[in-house]
Amino acid sequence: MAKTFDRPKALTDKPFHYCPGCTHGIVHRLVAEAIDALGIQEKTIGVAPVGCAVFAYDYFDVDMLEAAHGRAPAVATGIKRVKPENIVFTYQGDGDLASIGTAEIVHAANRGENITVIFINNAIYGMTGGQMAPTTLIGQVTTTSPYGRDPKVAGYPLHVSEMLATTMGAAYIERVSVHDVPNIKKAGKAIEKAFRNQIEGKGFSMIEVLSTCPTNWGMAPVDALGWLKDNMIPQYPLGVYRDKEEEAKAQ
Amino acid sequence: MAKILMKGNEAIAEAAIQAGCQAFFGYPITPQNEIPAYFAKKMPKIGRTFLQAESEVAAINMIYGAAATGTRVMTSSSSPGVSLKQEGISYIAGSRLPCVIVNIMRGGPGLGGIQPSQSDYFQATKGGGHGDYHLVVFAPATLQEMADLTKLAFDVAEEYRVPAMILGDGILGQMMEPVEFSDYTPRPKADMSWAATGNDGSKPRSVINSLYMEPSELESMTRDLFATYGIIAERETLVEEYHCEGAEIIVAAYGTVARVVKSVIAQLDKEEGAPKVGLIRPITLWPFPAETFAKAAAQDSVQSFLTVEMSMGQMVEDVQLAVNGAKPVRFFGRTGGMVPTAKEIKDEILSICKGGAR
Repeated sequence: MAKTFDRPKALTDKPFHYCPGCTHGIVHRLVAEAIDALGIQEKTIGVAPVGCAVFAYDYFDVDMLEAAHGRAPAVATGIKRVKPENIVFTYQGDGDLASIGTAEIVHAANRGENITVIFINNAIYGMTGGQMAPTTLIGQVTTTSPYGRDPKVAGYPLHVSEMLATTMGAAYIERVSVHDVPNIKKAGKAIEKAFRNQIEGKGFSMIEVLSTCPTNWGMAPVDALGWLKDNMIPQYPLGVYRDKEEEAKAQ
Repeated sequence: MAKILMKGNEAIAEAAIQAGCQAFFGYPITPQNEIPAYFAKKMPKIGRTFLQAESEVAAINMIYGAAATGTRVMTSSSSPGVSLKQEGISYIAGSRLPCVIVNIMRGGPGLGGIQPSQSDYFQATKGGGHGDYHLVVFAPATLQEMADLTKLAFDVAEEYRVPAMILGDGILGQMMEPVEFSDYTPRPKADMSWAATGNDGSKPRSVINSLYMEPSELESMTRDLFATYGIIAERETLVEEYHCEGAEIIVAAYGTVARVVKSVIAQLDKEEGAPKVGLIRPITLWPFPAETFAKAAAQDSVQSFLTVEMSMGQMVEDVQLAVNGAKPVRFFGRTGGMVPTAKEIKDEILSICKGGAR
């Protein structure tokens, strides 16, 4: 019987360590499919974060670097500036990118670094066991906001896509979700565009992917997908926040 | 090539360019600002990279990324900025990446001051960041050495896949001296096949990483690293012995302070009845030239050691370890940006003699 569904070439055969129902696996696949579709596997260098995706270097079948917590955009800058012919991407979670790594992501975007950033927003710290993230929703219970996130104490959910869209250097910023099939397809297209932008030298592209963390949210995987749709999307509306090219056309 | 009169900071930058440094990433801090300024002016004109990072933290991580591609890269800073770089330096050491880091020291702790100091000796030689690792630390005392040791630092870093540091101070960075740039003979190009430059499937893919979930793997990696350090200690230790033959007192000093000590020795040489004083000047602070000190301690003529530093006493601990109780080891230091004068050092030497150490 002919195979109709296969592993993308840009993924290794190492089994993912992610929890059941976690959407990292989906996003890894989308990134690998984009690399395959664009035929850039041989020249791609990925930068893994600190967080649940720390072992991303085991899964993407390309040259990989493991960065310190939050520093992936600076690491990617270093690679891209000396090897502009390579395709460089970072894959970061919300603790990594939106908390400890805010300086690095803001300035990489503002410099218009010609890199691709995949930003996983699941509103919680996964690897360390469910602590409050900058993206945690108001009232959301985590181990470090056991009575629900109180903005008087812990501030408000950080809207990274909206914030980076204000930088003059960012070329493309889009927020997508992977809670159902139509959205997964949209996310795949957005991720491919973010890589194509780099090939075409358009500059900094970031795709924010709303994701689930069933384990630390304390939900069954299917319930977690519903919770994302009902609670995260209203707080983090999907859509394109910056498209320099389209803005130039419109003017 | 004719000698060029330049600042120490400029000599480092020019030497790095000549050594094939392809990229510089840094963040402004006094008293090393001439280094980034020199790169900013020169690098774009020769098709190389200069980038002012948003912080020292970002700069050292840009170094991590660029070094991972097998490219010669440098960053520079001064004490408080070097503290910020320690996380990245630890990752670079753990990931076995070569690079050159310059610290033009100023006074500390905290924001400290902007005047010259040697109070980052512990940070530079004992690790600085977390984990089991060392930097190869070069301590120039002249501008000529700033140039030559910078070139050597790139070669050593690549040969052993370790980060190397040039540890200067505000005086060396800011002072002007003639520098000759044709003295240095580069080493053969090291094997860079480990670098991450994209993978066409012809070799295993490169994973630049310092994470080991298995303690036994991390231990084994660390043992490999320390085996390399052993080879470095054997082959790369540099030291100057000055007037040590028959000396009664051996002064231990590096960098700027060693220059002052040499002028003290010159003065004492002219004085009748003055004690005979020698200088041991470590040029590599790590690896530390312990053997040279041990040998000196075994000499009958040597009565005692005096370590002089622009700190409250840091290298003195390595001198004590090397001398291992064979002879007394005394310390004199000024700190906070104060530079010991020739008179102070001379008085200290004479007071040791009066104290019956002769």
